[in-house]
Amino acid sequence: MSKKVAIVQFPGTNCELDTKYAFEKLGCKTEIVWHQDTAIGSDVDLVVIPGGFSYGDYLRSGAIARFSPVMNAVKEYADSGRDVLGICNGFQVLVESHLLPGAMKRNDNLHFISKHHNLKVENSDNKFLSKMDNDEVVNIPIAHAEGNYYIDDAGLQELKENNQILLTYCDENGEVSNPNGSVESIAGICNKQKNVFGLMPHPERAVDSILGSEDGIKMLEGFL
Amino acid sequence: MKATVNIFLKDGVLDSQGKAVHHGLDSLGFAESVADVRVGRQIVLKLKSTTKEEAEKEVTKMCESLLANTVIEDYSIEITE
Repeated sequence: MSKKVAIVQFPGTNCELDTKYAFEKLGCKTEIVWHQDTAIGSDVDLVVIPGGFSYGDYLRSGAIARFSPVMNAVKEYADSGRDVLGICNGFQVLVESHLLPGAMKRNDNLHFISKHHNLKVENSDNKFLSKMDNDEVVNIPIAHAEGNYYIDDAGLQELKENNQILLTYCDENGEVSNPNGSVESIAGICNKQKNVFGLMPHPERAVDSILGSEDGIKMLEGFL
Repeated sequence: MKATVNIFLKDGVLDSQGKAVHHGLDSLGFAESVADVRVGRQIVLKLKSTTKEEAEKEVTKMCESLLANTVIEDYSIEITE
């Protein structure tokens, strides 16, 4: 049976249709869930918080979205052990909601960075990257101004011990290449329970060769 | 009652905006006079509270839950009549 993916939409979200397209291409059923909805359907297999500029990025990226009615439902959904994926602004919303550890800062060079970037798979022993291999290098677009991931030393240690670092920015040979100043070049992480995933790059924008890369398919397929 | 909240990145967390402004001031000829620059955010609240203590308690809660991200930011609160 095909999986059902719920895609959360806040005012200012702008990647919901790309995300819908990508998961439908993989054979999933999708539904867009409005920020004022208060429940996630019991038939939903995955909740995705897509990219964009929820609430205009006012105060801090993701800070206001955290208080949307739908986020209570997403939190309950995640707490029950089911899968949540945050892409770009979705990742920012997840850290602001404390569903993932750490915080986001402005990129070190203060620029909005929009380009294809290579990523290295650090840990594939989780559902999201289960179709990939450790140290595999993929090419996925990034597009953000606040993707400079920060976590203190104790938190970083914990991420490492639990294999929670999913992806790091690198060059085509897998050597560290850090576009935004993230601690340890981190591009994506998951929670300790490995059911909440967040990454700044956009796998949903890399699902067609005409878009320059199909590497995103291998990532998203992990959930199927 | 008025509350002025100042929010800055914690010491030890690199302040890229402060650094960029510092560089800008350096190139404008202020290199001799400027030792460090930090860029933060100021939020001014008009409050309905009647006592200073109550105001401070409320604003602290606001800072902890929304106004500041205490993972990376420190805040200070000033309450005035």
